[in-house]
Amino acid sequence: MSRLATMLTARRGRLARDWTDWASLAYLLLGVLVMFLPVVWLFASSLKTDQALNAFPPTLLPWQPAQVAVPGHAGTLPLMRVTAGRFAGERLAELRHIGLVAQLLDPARPGPVLHIPVRDLKPVLHLHASWSNFTDLVRRFNFLGYFWNSVLITTLATLITLLINSMAAFALSKYRFAGRDAVFGLMLATLMVPPTIVLVPNFLIAARLDLVNSLWGVIWPGVATPTGVFLLRQYMLTIPDDLIEAARMDNASEWRIYWRIVLPLSTPALGVLAIFSVMWRWNDFLWPMVVLNRSSAFTLPLALFSFQGDLQTQWHYLLAMTVLTLLPVTVIFLFLQRSITQGIASAGVK
Amino acid sequence: MLRLQGVGKSYGTVSVMRDVTFDVAAGEFIVFVGPSGCGKSTLLRMICGLETVTTGRIEIDGKLANDTPAASRGLALVFQSYALYPHMTVRQNMAFGLENLRTPKAEIEQRVAEAARMLRLENLLARRPTQLSGGQRQRVAIGRAIVREPRIFLFDEPLSNLDAELRVEMRAEIAQLHRRLATTMIYVTHDQVEAMTMADRIVVLRSGEVEQVGAPLDLYNNPANRFVAGFIGSPRMNFLDGRVTASAGGWTTIEVAGVGAIRARGMLPVGSQASIGIRPEHVQPAPGETTGAAVNLLRGQAASIEQLGASSFVRLASPALNLQIQGQTQVRFGDEIAIFLPPDRLHLFDAEGVIAPSGE
Amino acid sequence: MNLLEAPMRLAQKHLRGGRIGWVFVTPNLSVFGLFTFLPIVIDLIYAVTGGNQLFPAQRPYVGTANFQALLACRNYLDPNTCTRDLFWHGIYNTAEFVVLQVGFMVGLSLATALALNRPGRARGFFRAVFFYPVLLSPVVVALIWKWVLQRYGVLNAGLGALGLAPHDWLLNSSTAFFWSVFVSIWAHMGFYTLILLAGLQAIPRDVYEAAAMDATPPWRRFRRVTLPLLMPSLLVVLVLALIRAVQIFDEVYVLTGGGPGTSTTFLVQFIYQTGFAQQVREYGMAAAASLLLAAVLMALTVLQLRVTRPRK
Repeated sequence: MSRLATMLTARRGRLARDWTDWASLAYLLLGVLVMFLPVVWLFASSLKTDQALNAFPPTLLPWQPAQVAVPGHAGTLPLMRVTAGRFAGERLAELRHIGLVAQLLDPARPGPVLHIPVRDLKPVLHLHASWSNFTDLVRRFNFLGYFWNSVLITTLATLITLLINSMAAFALSKYRFAGRDAVFGLMLATLMVPPTIVLVPNFLIAARLDLVNSLWGVIWPGVATPTGVFLLRQYMLTIPDDLIEAARMDNASEWRIYWRIVLPLSTPALGVLAIFSVMWRWNDFLWPMVVLNRSSAFTLPLALFSFQGDLQTQWHYLLAMTVLTLLPVTVIFLFLQRSITQGIASAGVK
Repeated sequence: MLRLQGVGKSYGTVSVMRDVTFDVAAGEFIVFVGPSGCGKSTLLRMICGLETVTTGRIEIDGKLANDTPAASRGLALVFQSYALYPHMTVRQNMAFGLENLRTPKAEIEQRVAEAARMLRLENLLARRPTQLSGGQRQRVAIGRAIVREPRIFLFDEPLSNLDAELRVEMRAEIAQLHRRLATTMIYVTHDQVEAMTMADRIVVLRSGEVEQVGAPLDLYNNPANRFVAGFIGSPRMNFLDGRVTASAGGWTTIEVAGVGAIRARGMLPVGSQASIGIRPEHVQPAPGETTGAAVNLLRGQAASIEQLGASSFVRLASPALNLQIQGQTQVRFGDEIAIFLPPDRLHLFDAEGVIAPSGE
Repeated sequence: MNLLEAPMRLAQKHLRGGRIGWVFVTPNLSVFGLFTFLPIVIDLIYAVTGGNQLFPAQRPYVGTANFQALLACRNYLDPNTCTRDLFWHGIYNTAEFVVLQVGFMVGLSLATALALNRPGRARGFFRAVFFYPVLLSPVVVALIWKWVLQRYGVLNAGLGALGLAPHDWLLNSSTAFFWSVFVSIWAHMGFYTLILLAGLQAIPRDVYEAAAMDATPPWRRFRRVTLPLLMPSLLVVLVLALIRAVQIFDEVYVLTGGGPGTSTTFLVQFIYQTGFAQQVREYGMAAAASLLLAAVLMALTVLQLRVTRPRK
């Protein structure tokens, strides 16, 4: 507890404590609520049955009316707690209620039927995580198919992006050739042409190349990124030219210099670009929506989007699928939090 | 082995290297020396194939090599920065070149082991360059060159990143390596001590031109011009400027303002500008009391004295002259002393700084 | 990758000097050519042709008719009097969105960065929490908030507990617009906070210590020391946020579908709907609108390059 106190009241170094420290702490705690509660709420809700989701006011945990099996009765009966009267405190199974009076049985000793006013009864609640929300996604919907599409697109696109962007960056940072500056200028100019602007023509080109409804149609248009080329070029400029000449003296071919010397030494910049690319691809929405219109080719965000139209009333599936979509990103973030935030801060691009 | 003929280089209209011509014999240790910016590194890189040659010919083993790619020249270069691959271990650094040549694994293994033994790197093979000291990195850089069994070793200021003590040690080690491998080596340095101690022959360069080529003592004893005379030898040679008053029979007399007449070997036209040079170790204290009228005798006031124990340096003001005295000296600051410049130790240069012809 | 080594060796044999560099830039350059430069040309062709054929050769030339149709209005202050009223709704909504979203987001990012720029063991945790939504897919972001904001959602339950009336947040024009702005700030703020935090951490400590020695009060310390030194990062953040806000689409489209009515329909949604989501796809109209958007973005990008240059 005292550790928590010192942690929360940490001051800005040796400078005197003032009201700004308290204000910023309050602000940050409020921020955590706003930023994080909706996500927590999503996770909690995704474990509820459809029935529990409809309860209002909602509860954080997946409370569920308990059921009990009674000998001599088919299926299960709801379990009730008696709050007043002769049987106060007892837990009984409800057979049915007629008007304001319910007929109940003792589940352990099913003897005579007891008659108790409804107002003296409360349903017994127990925690019940509805994992079937998740398993049904796999059994009844093509979740694994969408997941696989997303994984495939993200992986292939990222690998190709890393390869061709680093090749271009290598040439632009380590060779002198006529037209080099023009090429670099041209690549920077593509910064001005975000995908939203070339949506229509890219659809034409994808159609011409027979890429509509193909994963490659999603992958190709975005693999050459000006951001990636720029980032990698800046990094490669810091690799001493001596190393490249040493490799050249060592009989390495130009490809081998790139592959065995420059690429391994650019790992930090490649890591940052890989994080960006995974983020872009996993979350990409508008272009996949244009180029993929057969449901079997959908990525996770597309599937989610079309589900929210089709399954409007089946929130339990929608929420479970949302959780499964953000889970991989969340897990990666948990492990790579430091390098991701530092990498993005250093690159200053998105 | 290696022949340079009229080699020159220019960037557009700017010429950085002109008419470099000399031969290197097999097994020789050649040192390129000169002040920074003289083009010695550029010349080395032209030999390597890392820089293009604008004019002239570079021949290796009698074959024109101007357009041969760096890798195919059979040379190995040790970089000033060592240029070790930071992401590879010492073993991988040394093996990389051989792997590129698709040398069989067993042979790579054997050659790396041999080089490691020769350079005492056996215990460091699994380390990365960042885990090594400066001297160890230097040895790895040399090892990387050795395993390739090159026809010529090229060194580009390899010791400039080491501290003074290590430098002396590595100097000896490279010299020993040369004796053992008996391979041709070309070594670039700006340090004339390195040049003097290591070279079979020295090539002195200044602003892209060869000033003189010769054995170390040859350059020391018979510098071809004032630049070489001043660059080779430590402490630096003294120079006195004057005008030729007489020149006959292989001897010339010049009049130095404020000092008097000085006689030296060589022939120059009477009335022309000239200078004489003498090394501090050749300046002698004049025996006993002498008068200023005598030849090559002069007087000066001690402006500073450095006692090193085994030898001493005295600096005279007007004329500005340094003299090195064996052992310790009794001279004190401000003392006026008489000195003698032995005529056969004097070097006579004409107005352009070229050594005067002997006239014989 | 040794697959690529043999052809590259061959290329190297035939290309002297640095010209091998062309081989290395070719893959990247081809993709740029095919999916960025060629599309701009096609955009221009589409913009001056009509009909609903996808292939340019089959489209009749219409001159500036598409632009004229887009820009025709009887009263420019009232989108409903325009021939393409959805386009003008998109423009007005986007303009309003950009001003509100960028203004509040940059302000909040700055506040968050300032709050985070204090030593403390929990700093990494706070930073991670604020950054986390940046990584989420816009569809996920929209669904999270849709779930929170629905009629029987947790927000209305919370208001109920405080004795306040519930709302249909996304079914009312003004609240739907508010939540569009809010959700997009929620999703992107962490990124800008991170850049500003990096900028703050680049300010040398001793400047603050000097200010403390001069007994500078906190507000003055912020105005006269922090803010001027942070200005370069702040400008970068401002321009990047502008470029992105002008292109707002994904999360709002999933959250509200552009509604209710046209109250949250933005420019990119107009392009998407006109080009892809209508019965009759009007590629020419969509391309013309794209080019108008491109003009705005180009101006902003020039601004971005100007702003980022002095940092080097």
